[in-house]
Order: sequence, then C-alpha cells, then structure tokens
Amino acid sequence: MRTLLRLATAGSVDDGKSTLVGRLLFDSKSVLADQYEAVERVSRDRGMAGADLALLTDGLRSEREQGITIDVAYRYFATAQRSFILADCPGHVQYTRNTVTGASTADVVVLLVDIRHGVQEQTRRHLAVASLLRVPHVVVVVNKIDLVDFDQSTYERVSHSVLAAASDLGLNDVATIPVSALDGDNVVEPSVRTPWYDGPSLLAHLEQLSPVGDPVHEAFRFPVQLVIRPQSAAGDEFRDYRGYAGQVASGVVRVGDEITVQPGGRSTTVVGIDFAGADLAEAFAPQSVTLRLADNLDIARGDLIVASSHVPPLTQDIDGTVAWLGDGSLRPGARVLVKHGTRTVQAIVRTIGGKLDLDSAELLDADSLELNDIGHVTLRLASAIPAEQYLVSRSTGAFLLVDPQDGGTLAAGMVGDALLDTRESFEHAVADTVPA
Amino acid sequence: MTLTDERRLTQLQWLESEAIHIIREVVAEFERPVLLFSGGKDSVVMLHLAAKAFWPSPVPFPVLHVDTGHNFPEVLAYRDATVERLGLRLEVAHVQDYIDDGRLRERSDGTRNQLQTQPLLDAITAGKFDAVFGGGRRDEEKARAKERVFSLRDEFGQWDPRNQRPELWNLYNGRHRPGEHVRVFPLSNWTELDVWQYIGHEDIALPELYYAHEREVYERDGMLLSVSDVSRPRDGEAVASRQVRYRTVGDMSCTGAVESDATTVEDVIAEVAATRLTERGATRADDRASEAAMEDRKKEGYF
Repeated sequence: MRTLLRLATAGSVDDGKSTLVGRLLFDSKSVLADQYEAVERVSRDRGMAGADLALLTDGLRSEREQGITIDVAYRYFATAQRSFILADCPGHVQYTRNTVTGASTADVVVLLVDIRHGVQEQTRRHLAVASLLRVPHVVVVVNKIDLVDFDQSTYERVSHSVLAAASDLGLNDVATIPVSALDGDNVVEPSVRTPWYDGPSLLAHLEQLSPVGDPVHEAFRFPVQLVIRPQSAAGDEFRDYRGYAGQVASGVVRVGDEITVQPGGRSTTVVGIDFAGADLAEAFAPQSVTLRLADNLDIARGDLIVASSHVPPLTQDIDGTVAWLGDGSLRPGARVLVKHGTRTVQAIVRTIGGKLDLDSAELLDADSLELNDIGHVTLRLASAIPAEQYLVSRSTGAFLLVDPQDGGTLAAGMVGDALLDTRESFEHAVADTVPA
Repeated sequence: MTLTDERRLTQLQWLESEAIHIIREVVAEFERPVLLFSGGKDSVVMLHLAAKAFWPSPVPFPVLHVDTGHNFPEVLAYRDATVERLGLRLEVAHVQDYIDDGRLRERSDGTRNQLQTQPLLDAITAGKFDAVFGGGRRDEEKARAKERVFSLRDEFGQWDPRNQRPELWNLYNGRHRPGEHVRVFPLSNWTELDVWQYIGHEDIALPELYYAHEREVYERDGMLLSVSDVSRPRDGEAVASRQVRYRTVGDMSCTGAVESDATTVEDVIAEVAATRLTERGATRADDRASEAAMEDRKKEGYF
C-alpha cells in the first residue's frame, strides 16, 4: 500500500530550494515533457546555458521576474513506495509566515543550507519553526557542495554547526546530506563525487522515514463540524436521524464506546458510525465520519467529543506560544478571536511573556510581538475550551488568532509554553553531553 | 500486519477524508455556498464527495454552471441528468446573453473560456454566494500550485497571490467582509491520477467523451479539435475520423482531444500514469498563450 508523506522546504533565500525541488521532481521523473520544454524555452530566452529547474516551481510572474519564491507552491510526486505532497516555501524573512504554514502540516522539513554560508539567521528561524510546530523529522540539505569541490571537511564543519544549532532548539533527531541541487548529486541518485559520504540520497532518505507521532495512538478526539438532521428531506427512513459530522482528530472510536462532550461534560455511548451509507464498527484519525449517539444531548458545532476515559479539562486561560504572522504588532490588551478545532471564541491578550532570540535560543523580555516573531502569550477567553498541550496533541493543541475586524489570520498558536519545553530539552541535551 | 498498519488510510482515503472535512467546514461556516458544476470530471468528483459528506441529507447547496454556449452536447445532457438525480437546484450563467446584449464582445479567435469571468462574478453577486466551490487542483498549473484551499476574493473577485492568508493545520479561516467571497478548492491536493483512481474506485459515471470513441477531428496548433457548429476547420485543415478521448472538457472550440484507445476507467488510469504531457498542456489552447496565462486570468476572478 502506498503511503503519503508531507514535506515542507525551508532555508534562506538563494540557498537553492526551487532548484532542489525542480531536481527532485525532474530526477524522479515527475516532470512531464511539455513542462520541461517550457522551462528549456524560457531558460534559453534568458541566455542560460542549461534548463533552470527552479522555473518548474516559481510560477508567479513576480517570482520569475525577481528570481525568488514568494508563496508556498505545492508539488506532487510519487515513487513506488510513497506519494509526496511537497510545500515549497519561500526563504525571504518577510515570507516566514509561509514556512510556518508549510510546517504546520508537514511530516518532514527539508532545510537547505548553502555550504559556503553555513548557519544563517533564517536557518535558526526555520529550525525554531520546525521545533515549535513539532514536525516529526528534519533533514538538512547542505547544498552547493560542487562550489567547494566536494570537500569533506567543509561539509563536516557546516553539518556540525547546523546540528549544534538544531540541538539548541531542542531538535536532536536531524539528518544531514551533502548535495548539489544544480547537478543532482545525492538528490535522487547517490553521487560518485562524494565517496566519503555513505548515507542515503535525499529521496532514498525520504522514502525510508518512519511515520512518527501518528495521532491514531493518542486519545480519541472528535471536533463536531455540524449536525446532520435530514428531517423530511431524506424520506421516512431518516426522519429522526441525528448524526454528528466531523473528522477524527486523534485516536480511535468504536461502536459501544462511552464518550463525553466538552464543554458540558455530558456522557453517552456511540451507537453508530456512518460513512455515506456504510455502517462502520470503528473510525480512526483522520477519517471523516458521522457519529450517532444513544442520547439526544444538546451537541452543536464547536463541541469536542472525547473518550470518557481521557477527558481534557476546560480552561478560560491559555498559556501559549505564537508565531506572529500579522503585519501590525501584538500588544497586551489586544482583542482577538481564537479558532480552536471547530470553535471560535473571543479573547483578550493578557500578557506578552517574551520572545525567542534566535541566536541564543533564549526568551528575551518583550512588550510586543512584530511580524515573524515567535513569543509567549497569555490569553483570557470569553468562554472555556478543552485546550490540550500542543506537546500532547498536534491537532487539539493548535489554534489560530484571527483579526475580529478584517478576518485575517494573525498568528499560529500552540497551547503550552513550547519555548520552555524547547529550552528544557536544550538543557537536557547539554546535561547529557557534559560529564559530571 | 500490526495494528498500526491496519489503521492507516490509503492515499485515496486520506484525500477523500480531507475533501469531506473541507466541504463540511464550508457548509458550517458560510451562509450561501454554491458549487461550480460543469459536468467535467473534477466537478463531478467534487459533487460526489459533497453527497457523501452530508449523507443521508441531500447536498445542502445549489450548483452553478457558467455556460460558454460552446458545449459538448453529451456534457450538458450529463449535467442535467445529474442535477435531476440528486435533486439539486441548478443556476446557469450564459456567456451568450452577455454577447447578445453587448456586455461582452466575441474574441477574434472565437473562443470563450476567457469570457466566463464576468458572468461568473455577476452570478456570485446576484446569488449573494459567499463561498464558491471550485474543482481546481494544484497539480494542474503553476499559478494554481500557489492557491490556498480557502482563497479570499475581494469585492471585484480578484485574487492577490502575494497577499494570501497563511493556512495552518486544518484550521481553515473563512472570515470575510461584506462583498468579499471565498473560493474553496476541496481537491487542492489531488492529482489527475488520483481523480481517475477515485472515479474507478467509486464507480462514478462520467460523460462518455472521457473514454475513447470515434470522432471527426481536425488538427490545429498540435491539438485535435472536434468538428461542430462552433469549431470548424479552416482552409488546409483536414478532417479525419480518429479514435480519441478528452482529458478535460471546456469550451469546445479550444479544448483538444487526445488520441487514445482507453475505453474503460482502468485503461484511462493506465494511460494517465504513463502520459508524458500535462492535462492542460495537451488539451487547452488558452493556457498556452503565455507563461502566466492562468495567473492573469485568476487575478481577474477566473475559476
């Protein structure tokens, strides 16, 4: 059975992301003849010697004009084992919000580093994003190895500094690969020009990554999207039908299970799991299904149906870490909307607890958060929600901050002090390596 | 096989579940959704998913067709039969009406895909639709690869690719101001091959022209065009009867057929898996106009 893996690219501008993605698509034979001909034609028109593979992904007019990637482009390719959805994210600091976007759904972040420049501020920022969003895997592509004559010691020096920066941010399971995206070394096929490297090519590495953090193994959580009540519209058979439609966020539910609805805390049992006319015995994340319950509880969109054995407590106060994506600044007293699961509630920003300094990986005092800052905030909500630690659940621990006036998305939020967790794992990592 | 392996969705199941989640979010959060339905395979799959999402209730929104007047007759027949079978309300915006009263002028090449934008935007305004489901997929074209699942349009229907909302986790933000609307693409992450495998898996009926058949065609700009009232060969373009099928359906005067002997869905899946040309590159004259033809049309409010 072919499985799906979601990737997001990251790295500074000019590190060669679009070229790498183009190479990955081209060498895995996912580029079709007319696409390649178009790239060859445009490259020729611009006086380039060969086909510029970056043109495969840079699709917008201004991207082509400026030679940079502006917005996330999604690409699809497959090998015999896996299908891949790749979010190609731009490197410019003003587009960090797009990296956050790509990372939020990624199983793997592919971070590029130019071997001539080593660790840059954007490298640290993107490692921080991968750490905060708890992306299960990070692979660092040390690119442009052709420009240092495939020198092993240069690669090892850069690789070591990247791993140290990753470790500072709590990422201890990171792979590095020496690559020339331009020439294709170690992208799909192993390179003969790096005989000192015995690891897999990038594609081989992506094919063998084990899925971790599978939400099926977490407690059952089911945000209710809407209530399905056909009344007379579907005939007599379904006149009294009442089902709760949603996508299983985590865990497994079986017919007969006892469930609890939050907020409210009322409990009942599951009597049916429907999927478009099929009667299921169980459903698991991330299936979209409709649940029927033994009792007609007052359940509506925004409620969370959970396993009665693991009921998340309600809270009106959230300690959270946010990646601030808005153009203005976030200050204490700001009124925002919190979108959590299928529920949206009003909230007020109580305090700003500081922001992450990317060089030291420490929390600095701050009165406000500006575009692309990662910081700690406390929020007071108008009503209580069953928020769980993002550390525990990537689905029910995530939230958005939304502008109540124009509806714009202001921030990606994670319940809990993710920065503290990151620093603690940093301290653990240091403690582990320093002899007593 | 361990328990873990048993509880893993196949790629198609994953895509189906994601699309149903998206469709339900729209119905829960918007006042007046509408689904763009042309009888083309992507809109057929989208409607099939909508029917599954709300079972046993009927599909809780109407469908809208922007009719170029250059239709394949079998596609129109399929459209009407489907609407009838599912008990849907169909709205049609006619490009021909705009040409008749002078609001739009016929293009010199006679094709009408580009002319659909104004009737579409007017129909959205007149119907007070705040969410519009489209069958666009990111694998189709470079500008579409940058599209969000929930894509905000301003009061002029314009798309601003440089200023799109971040879209995080599966928390879709559909908030908008009066006059704005949101285009929603539940098939964003599907490829052409996924669509065909799903059609096969779900046994979904399609207009017959998606499968190989004999047809009178002539060649123009490397494409095989069907002989009809709206698409006639010019001098020097020879008409021949060939075994063809369509990979996309649209304005008959600029949608090309491909030579094919794929008469079943299994044949088509094998053909699509082995193809060396993209769906649009093989069949759409209008997307060949320039490197950014689709981006330019999308900015103006096209599908």
